[in-house]
Amino acid sequence: MRFWNSLKRAGLPAHIGIVIILIFAFAALFAPWLAPYGESEVVEPVPWATPEESGTVLGLDQLGRDLYTRVLYGARNTIALALGITVLAFFMGMTAGFFAAVVGRWVDHLLSRFVDIIMAFPTLFFALIALSIFGTSIPVMVFVIAILDSTRVYRISRALAMDINVMEYVEVARLRGEGLWWIMRREILPNTLTPLLAEFGLRFCFVFLFISSLSFLGIGIQPPAADWGAMVRENGVAITYGIFTPLVPAAAIAILTIAVNLVVDWFLRKTAGLREEY
Amino acid sequence: MGERLLTVRNLQIEGFADDTWKPIVNGIDLHLDRGEVLGLIGESGAGKSTIGIATMGYTRPGCRIVGGTIDFDGVPIHAQSVEQVREIRGVRISYVAQSAAASFNPAHKLIEQYTETPVQHGVLKYHKAAQNARMIYARLELPDPDNIGNRYPHQVSGGQLQRAMVAMAMSCEPDMIIFDEPTTALDVTTQIEVLAAIKDVVTQFNTAAIYITHDLAVVVQLADRIMVLRYGDLVEESGTREILENPKEQYTRELLAVRTFAKNPEDLGLGEQPLIEVNDLHAAYSGGVKVLEDINLKIDRCRTVAVVGESGSGKSTLARVITGLLPPTQGTVKYEGGELPGSYKKRSKDQLRQIQMIYQMPDVALNPRQKLREVIGRPLGFYFQLDGAERERRVKELLEMIELPGNYIDRFTPELSGGQKQRICIARALAAEPVVIICDEVTSALDQLVAEEILKLLDRLQKELNMTYLFITHDLATVKAIADEIVVMLQGRVVEHGPKEEVLTPPHHDYTELLLSSVPEMDPDWLDNLLAARVSA
Repeated sequence: MRFWNSLKRAGLPAHIGIVIILIFAFAALFAPWLAPYGESEVVEPVPWATPEESGTVLGLDQLGRDLYTRVLYGARNTIALALGITVLAFFMGMTAGFFAAVVGRWVDHLLSRFVDIIMAFPTLFFALIALSIFGTSIPVMVFVIAILDSTRVYRISRALAMDINVMEYVEVARLRGEGLWWIMRREILPNTLTPLLAEFGLRFCFVFLFISSLSFLGIGIQPPAADWGAMVRENGVAITYGIFTPLVPAAAIAILTIAVNLVVDWFLRKTAGLREEY
Repeated sequence: MGERLLTVRNLQIEGFADDTWKPIVNGIDLHLDRGEVLGLIGESGAGKSTIGIATMGYTRPGCRIVGGTIDFDGVPIHAQSVEQVREIRGVRISYVAQSAAASFNPAHKLIEQYTETPVQHGVLKYHKAAQNARMIYARLELPDPDNIGNRYPHQVSGGQLQRAMVAMAMSCEPDMIIFDEPTTALDVTTQIEVLAAIKDVVTQFNTAAIYITHDLAVVVQLADRIMVLRYGDLVEESGTREILENPKEQYTRELLAVRTFAKNPEDLGLGEQPLIEVNDLHAAYSGGVKVLEDINLKIDRCRTVAVVGESGSGKSTLARVITGLLPPTQGTVKYEGGELPGSYKKRSKDQLRQIQMIYQMPDVALNPRQKLREVIGRPLGFYFQLDGAERERRVKELLEMIELPGNYIDRFTPELSGGQKQRICIARALAAEPVVIICDEVTSALDQLVAEEILKLLDRLQKELNMTYLFITHDLATVKAIADEIVVMLQGRVVEHGPKEEVLTPPHHDYTELLLSSVPEMDPDWLDNLLAARVSA
């Protein structure tokens, strides 16, 4: 009820964001039913046929597959992967961050310096090395991006947990004899959840863009599976002929990113306790 | 008294909470003459601060003035634009806030902050303003008035900083100053200095003042007239002596009667062995800062031992050492004759259970994301393996014991008032079925009437459950009310220790004397008499 109320007062930008996210989620969930063709089914062997020529909604891609179908399936692959990676990154980052903050001393130093080392390398560079060493399979990609991303989550979780850790209710729990896991899970976690949720939205965007850029470089999701980043790359040449095809997956990426950010902005404003002046 | 300076009529203010605008001040009339001091008194939520700052045409974010007129020396403040009001604020009306530490900019020197207002408003040139600052610092008896302005806020003590803020409020020689609980955060001995300083400048410059506080004994020292407020309404208004001698309303009488509670001393037939024994204890914080030196202390079963001292005396550190949060560098803490491990990590679950702690700030001592079911239920599950209906029943039993309804079990802690939160902290401690409860300033963040209720509750629980208390406080009224034994601490050492009657009857140790004489009394002449006595002594 409370959540519903604050949702109602969220303001137009957040509402737009929520609607867009819901539409994308719907598309991703029901892609096989919504799509008129199969994921890699060639409709007509005419590259970049216009909607009129092929009788499809958005025309065909470079191999003559239906673009609309590919965008729907792309939503499925890209969003599902990004979500999975973000969840994994948050799980790892938060656990390590809380652990470092609560235990402190050398554990904190060790973990923090390790994270510093990883963060010292440019993310893309690190991902490129790891993916070329371990091969470009989906599990490897999930794991590599999750680890890279968890370093950022670690930083925030640790900082948030340090603030909570000095609260007297945590002291009370310690003096009661509570174990580490209980303190992390029941005292710290609930009090850091709101800012971390906002961060989750942001991180999701970054992961999602990162997958797209990896696919664009050809080491992300492998063909023939549909993926927005890969679709932009594969169809990129068409732009020189004045064909709008590559713009469709690019727009999908942009729109979802903006939508998630609109929602995150509202969330952040809510957590920070900032209100519009009355 | 001079001519009329401020007239407020039918002031109505609303605050935004839970998605709606709710009235917090309901049509207050107020007036102030030149040179007059008006005291606004009431509990938190009475609207006294809101009214005080509204006389400058200002409200805190989330509040709005919805009706009424504010006339300041012929200027209708309520109808003026922000730019116009700005001409008056700081120059003709100034404001002294509760926490000087939070109100000064830590990055600038005191004198820079003093001169900012007059220079910005074009009232004085910098050199003239700085010269005035040194004069007024001297008036307020700040040490080394010529150079103290070159210090940063963190380089002076709390009482000095508060006086520097009073000086700052005087910088443009305003017609009116609003004092918003300026001494509430200070120790009693420091409070005197600040009160004396305020009284001095107000009479010297014939400045009108609105003095906001929850402490009647403080306001009677300064105010010519007092308004008692409650829930945004006026309860009673009359001259200071009048209100003390002849209060008309029940609520005013309650405020006057506050701090009269005292427990009945009981002879408990003490056992042979003290429950807790502290021997030659030394403690230091990391970096080697010594905070406790050579502490010896005995706490007998079913007794209340009060540890008194100012901030920085090490009294809270003593609690941290006994609970094991800060292992001592030297010395021992014995419990029932056996030595307790220095760190809580090495203590057994049962040892931890028997010593419980209640904190000063119930807000930060309760997890805001937990319901009372979990707050109180967790120790039950943790220590006694209670769960399900059994645990639920016991939580409700404990709620009843602290005089809260059983259906509160589903509330989150931020949904409670300050006094209720403190009760929950007590219930959480009781859930562990402890032998000793360490109470660290448990009443100092509460309104006086609420604090008194908490003291009564603790006293009742002591009798019913044979509880032993170590009561840490800076408030001597609390000590007089509930202690059996008193330990006076100063700079990490015990200066006096003994049964209450013995410590409170002369001859005192010098420091105990200073502490005792600094507690304000409900007598308008108390401050003047005390200062006169101290000068002659």
